[in-house]
Amino acid sequence: MTPATLEAQPTDAAIQSFTVTFLIRRFDPDVDTEPRWQDFDVEMYATDRVLDALHKIKWEQDGSLTFRRSCAHGICGSDAMRINGRNRLACKTLIKDLDISKPIYVEAIKGLPLEKDLVVDMEPFFASYREVQPFLIANSQPEPGKERIQSIAKREIFDDTTKCILCAACTSSCPVFWTDGQYFGPAAIVNAHRFIFDSRDDAASVRLDILNDKEGVWRCRTTFNCTDACPRGIEVTKAIAEVKQAIMRGKP
Amino acid sequence: MTAIEVPRSPARPARKRGVNWEKWGWIYMRASGVVLLVLIFGHLYVNLLEGEGVKAIDFGFVGGKWADPFWQWWDVLMLWLALIHGANGMRTIVNDYTSPGTLQKVLKGALFASAAVLIVLGTLVVFTFDPCPAGAPADLLPSFCPAV
Repeated sequence: MTPATLEAQPTDAAIQSFTVTFLIRRFDPDVDTEPRWQDFDVEMYATDRVLDALHKIKWEQDGSLTFRRSCAHGICGSDAMRINGRNRLACKTLIKDLDISKPIYVEAIKGLPLEKDLVVDMEPFFASYREVQPFLIANSQPEPGKERIQSIAKREIFDDTTKCILCAACTSSCPVFWTDGQYFGPAAIVNAHRFIFDSRDDAASVRLDILNDKEGVWRCRTTFNCTDACPRGIEVTKAIAEVKQAIMRGKP
Repeated sequence: MTAIEVPRSPARPARKRGVNWEKWGWIYMRASGVVLLVLIFGHLYVNLLEGEGVKAIDFGFVGGKWADPFWQWWDVLMLWLALIHGANGMRTIVNDYTSPGTLQKVLKGALFASAAVLIVLGTLVVFTFDPCPAGAPADLLPSFCPAV
């Protein structure tokens, strides 16, 4: 496009708004015995996000709508929810990427205890995260005043799994996790992967033993739901497969 | 500089020593899958395509194949690998779709029993198959049996 045609474009008339219907799965533990679907009509622009719609509903229509969000820019991992049946971050899902000729379904992520509306109890999720010991365990002392040195190639091995924001989109999209909450879940394995393959860490064998458990990596059925769900684009299923290989080798 | 202690001991007890069945089950599925690909497509080729093709299959064809130890072992291997592979796959589905309890135990027991019965019966048939059993009435025997 040349600058001339750019200038010729009308600047205000182009911005068109649409009425979008949202069907939200509501649950108020003080009143409801079962979750129920409630619909809201919201004026939205194509560039708005699902999170903006939730804000508009909460601020202008129904203040009792409950959901988590913090940074609203896809970093904090608070607002993972099931949007049209797929786990997404509400703050990274644009209206223009959804089919607004039909209602947009929004519900809480599955497999974790529902507390209210779109809020679930994340404790079981964080409990399995803590179990893989997601912190550096190093036996060596770095040179005084120096950091532990790692080559670019060795950093590259686990680069993908450092991106996790613990939003639980992957774990709560996993069919094995839905039926068996004992399973560690993709997110815990991803965060174990991040330390297992870190050349500065010395406790890989401890974590591999933990994940070699009956409820560990062997329960993964490679359905790729987690890879589809990850808002950070982490290849979760590949990371789990690499942990399986490491367990069979006995070392990373 | 003091070393920081490990913040917490693991919440679940460490896996007890011994054979890790879940791991070996997973490896078995991969290994048997590869072998079964060869066995099953070899079986299909020999039975359905080679020579006269599918029209050749009759009682005599099967009897002829099982007179050869090569095909006896081929079929027994296929039987064992496929049934254990299938039963283990069904076990993982039971694990995924039922919660631990009596129902799960019953389903797994039924899976184990049906696989075991089929394996024992199948193995028995392949190795003891005799198309011309001695003392059988002549009108029940296939035409290629030597007249007694």
